[in-house]
Amino acid sequence: MTDPRRDMISPAVAAERVATGLAARRNREKRFQLYGRIAIGIALAFLVTLFVSIFSKGIPGFFQHYVTLEVTLDREKLDPTGDFSVQSLYDGDARGVIRAALYEATGASGRSGRKAAGKLISQGAEQRLRKAVLADPSILDTTQTMTFAVDDDVDSFLRGFIKRETPEKDRRINDKAIGYIDTLVEKGLISFKFSDYLVFGSASRNAEMAGIFGALIGSILTLAVCLVLSFPIGVATAVYLEEFAPKNRITEIIEININNLAAVPSVVFGILGLAIFIGVFGMPRSIPLIGGVVLALMTLPTIIISSRAAIRAVPPSIRDAALGVGASRVQTMLHHVVPLAMPGMLTGTIIGMAQALGETAPLLMIGMVAFIVDVPGSVTDPGTVLPVQIFMWADFAERMFILKTSAAIMVLLAFLIVMNAAAIFIRKKLERRW
Amino acid sequence: MNSFSLAIAVLLISSGYFFLGTRALTANRAAGARLHSLPHYYGLFAGLMAALPALALLTVLAIGDDIVFNQLALGFVPDAVKAGETYKEVIVLAQISNVVNGINFGEQPDWVYEAAEAWAGWQATSTTLKTITALALSLLGGLFAYRMLNPSFRSRNAVERILMTVLAASSAIAILTTVGIVFSVIFESLRFFALVPVSEFLFGLTWNPQFEGAERAGSGQMGLATYGSVPLFAGTLLISVVALSVSVPVGLFSAIYLSEYASPRVRAVVKPLMELLAGVPTVVYGFFAALTVAPFIRSTGMSLGLDVASESALAAGLVMGIMIIPFVSSLSDDVINAVPQALRDAAYGLGSTRSETVRQVVLPAALPGIVAAILLAVSRAVGETMIVVMAAGLAANLSLNPLDAVTTVTSQIVTILVGDQEFESAKTLSAFALALTLIVITLGLNFIALQVVKKYREQYD
Amino acid sequence: MDTQVMNIIEQTANLEHANIPDETVGDVYVDRPRMTARNVNVFYGDKKAIDNVTLDIAEKQVISFIGPSGCGKSTFLRCLNRMNDTIDICRIEGEIAMDGKNIYAPDVDVVPLRARVGMVFQKPNPFPKSIYDNVAYGPRIHGIATNRAELDDIVESSLERAGLWNEVKDRLLQPGTGLSGGQQQRLCIARTIAVSPEVILMDEPCSALDPIATARIEELIAELSSEFTIVIVTHSMQQAARVSQRTAYFHLGKLVEVGDTEMVFTKPQHEMTNNYITGRFG
Repeated sequence: MTDPRRDMISPAVAAERVATGLAARRNREKRFQLYGRIAIGIALAFLVTLFVSIFSKGIPGFFQHYVTLEVTLDREKLDPTGDFSVQSLYDGDARGVIRAALYEATGASGRSGRKAAGKLISQGAEQRLRKAVLADPSILDTTQTMTFAVDDDVDSFLRGFIKRETPEKDRRINDKAIGYIDTLVEKGLISFKFSDYLVFGSASRNAEMAGIFGALIGSILTLAVCLVLSFPIGVATAVYLEEFAPKNRITEIIEININNLAAVPSVVFGILGLAIFIGVFGMPRSIPLIGGVVLALMTLPTIIISSRAAIRAVPPSIRDAALGVGASRVQTMLHHVVPLAMPGMLTGTIIGMAQALGETAPLLMIGMVAFIVDVPGSVTDPGTVLPVQIFMWADFAERMFILKTSAAIMVLLAFLIVMNAAAIFIRKKLERRW
Repeated sequence: MNSFSLAIAVLLISSGYFFLGTRALTANRAAGARLHSLPHYYGLFAGLMAALPALALLTVLAIGDDIVFNQLALGFVPDAVKAGETYKEVIVLAQISNVVNGINFGEQPDWVYEAAEAWAGWQATSTTLKTITALALSLLGGLFAYRMLNPSFRSRNAVERILMTVLAASSAIAILTTVGIVFSVIFESLRFFALVPVSEFLFGLTWNPQFEGAERAGSGQMGLATYGSVPLFAGTLLISVVALSVSVPVGLFSAIYLSEYASPRVRAVVKPLMELLAGVPTVVYGFFAALTVAPFIRSTGMSLGLDVASESALAAGLVMGIMIIPFVSSLSDDVINAVPQALRDAAYGLGSTRSETVRQVVLPAALPGIVAAILLAVSRAVGETMIVVMAAGLAANLSLNPLDAVTTVTSQIVTILVGDQEFESAKTLSAFALALTLIVITLGLNFIALQVVKKYREQYD
Repeated sequence: MDTQVMNIIEQTANLEHANIPDETVGDVYVDRPRMTARNVNVFYGDKKAIDNVTLDIAEKQVISFIGPSGCGKSTFLRCLNRMNDTIDICRIEGEIAMDGKNIYAPDVDVVPLRARVGMVFQKPNPFPKSIYDNVAYGPRIHGIATNRAELDDIVESSLERAGLWNEVKDRLLQPGTGLSGGQQQRLCIARTIAVSPEVILMDEPCSALDPIATARIEELIAELSSEFTIVIVTHSMQQAARVSQRTAYFHLGKLVEVGDTEMVFTKPQHEMTNNYITGRFG
């Protein structure tokens, strides 16, 4: 080693130069930090906007306006055949009975007046009346106080979306009807209550009667099929790949395959369902069974990947211990590895199910977008699911549909939050760290 | 019996064999015989042999019978109808199955009723056949296994071999899914390219799909179906660019702030909130885009004197960007945290400020990982469906102006394939060709991203 | 980073049970101190890692910190240029002064402080950049070079002082991570001296190196001590004996004994120091 040939810049000079640039560097630092804050601010602002915009419409969407009427349940009018059969009730003039009560309450008279008054009430009112009669025939030939939903235009008027000041020809409710509504309001017959139609109703083109019950049942059935298929298959695949699969080309291909499937856009799984299950196997459209199968194939990669991670987290010492006392590899797996990895597997499965619950696009392809009024009773009955119902309602322009869509979204989000909370709970409480 | 109750019956038979087998060998052991395995393994072996083959047969038959019936039913269609211009197998089969199921829309030709009657007969035969074969297979399989049982039979090994086969078969499902996707997309795509030249599809500038019927009935320009996919890819690109120009800066800077600046308490609050954005279903984003964002952008644009389409690419892209923010930020967070602390220490030890450390040391070191994250985000944006279906519209405009309405590959696929299709028409088939290109693009992006990440990992391992 | 903190905390034994006298034995004070520490306590969360350490660091001299692992020697070293600031739960009491100014005073900026008190780490940690950019990094961010020629000069003289110039002068633009372990560590030393610091802190700089590379670094330390004040933490008593003029012995967060290296190794005044250097524990 030779002595240093060049002089260094002396510490004093260096310190002086460092000091010169310091203020500018501090400013750059502050600016950079500000960018980060702004970014987080933007992300959170989006989040808040999204939730406020949904909740501000969704919360009113859980309620709707009802009218309370004194209905005279004339037996002859309601049950003309007199045998009290469903058919006879349908032949009966439930509408007339309700309208009579409505004319009475509003004081409507004359052709145009009665026409306007008749439109105030939901078409679902007759159905409700029939149900009440069927449930308790003793109310026939008495006068009952009954509550019916008002028509969605009336509801929009009562909520203030249809303005009184708008010229009559431009609004969906004419002056006469407004007069009757005012009368009903004055008499205290209009009430704003929790919407039983939303929770217990099914798909309907009439906004005031539309509900999510059918879609909710459809979602549950679809998710049940999805879970029954994807959980055992996913766990079996993960166990096989982690514990038993020989390290060869085929195993490698399976692994690459699973990773690729995780990247395939969900709409492609819908095409798979359409072409294979409906096209080749000739299965019917719109049924939760196929929806569940398609979603199972879609969520499999998620479940497999997280289950494999959970299995890998089980320390080899536990396997060695079991093998050391003479257990076979299968017994080691069944008695030790799988039980220990189960919380991790469950977490992955719940997250996969949450994804499946919110998924829409593939279900559109297999026809779950059809307009189905009946509530599906089994996995082979045509049905729809909550996200698809939301998609369909989002297309309707009626104000009340917008509110009910937002309410349906809130229900969906509530389910998702519960599922994710469960996943977090399992991860925090049950998962063991080694 | 229907398939479900048959399956239950098979399971009952199997559990019967399980108890028989277990009891027999328990008795043997009590009598002083040395068993190779624990008694319940013998029972399990018998039970599994009674259940698995029969259940497999049931599955195949349940899926297979409709395929056979369809072919048989087509034999009833008169040649005259088959020769007809509007003949569609799917429609004919739907007519027949409606009659079978008792759903009747008006009068059908006689041959439809004949076919339906025959169909009902086949169904009865098939059910009988299924019942007999499945129950017989179950009983015989169980009996065969039961007779093999003796104390020296290696029943545990046999049961484990069966289990192993089941596990291996499960992992084959992933392969089958891929094969299913590839086949369903490739076959129909090939049929499409037989009707429409590949060059038109790839380089054509006009997208105007029409059903053949409409094409024939239509007059003039509107009736002419063209399948140039460039406008769709341009639209997809435009929306993706908008989405990424929102999500990449916001996601990246959030990740930097959270991992380098934020206190643990801030991180514990903000991170789950950001992840909440990732948990929101896409249909909700679509609703938000169509109902809140698009009208807002339109009215803002109008007040500035701009001409904004009611379903603008900007609205769809912006909302898609929001959706991808947590994706970008969590991936970036991973790669930023993967940069060794030693490098940060080196920079701080020399007197770097935090931002200098981040910009000049951490980000360059994490760059490959960040590039990979962005590629994955692009892949997500390209494959995203619901937002564009609900908020981007269907107008196949070739435009790079984000205020225009454009359409995308995924929204065309959905529009074409939702509802009734005619599998023969170029319009329906075009959706499969679009899906094929979509798969190729997303998998390509993923492949590149994974290679980049792999290289990057090697650098620090 | 979290695991690193955990390691530090785990290594830090509970000081309550230490059977060590309060007073440090030996010569705590020197005539020409470059840095002075007075009654320094360091806490990680609730745990006390450094207990009431008072020590002077003499100018243009090498002082080594020795002691069993977890004794707090590295922690104390990292206090001298406030590297502990990057650990959220770390808290410091007492005073560490340079030129009579407490470096923990609220108005002190760590950036110029760290430019004056450089640091070399246990594992060589060159940036994934070229050799030239590694050395030029510090002068660039601090704006020490006024032009390109000056920067070239700084890089060359720093590499010369680190004894690396002849080995790398033909491949300055190749990545620094491509060098051997010993070369990487000398590159890190060159990078540190390129900002013309007054004090260089070295945290077990040879622990990841082979004996030949270690010898090379030790030689280098000897040369650099003519220009810089050097504080070195080492787990090797031989190394401390070879390179340093003063030695400080830490045990369970306390400074047990400090003095001329020769004195400490030949006539330790405290029983624990004696036990340690004779190999009874550590």
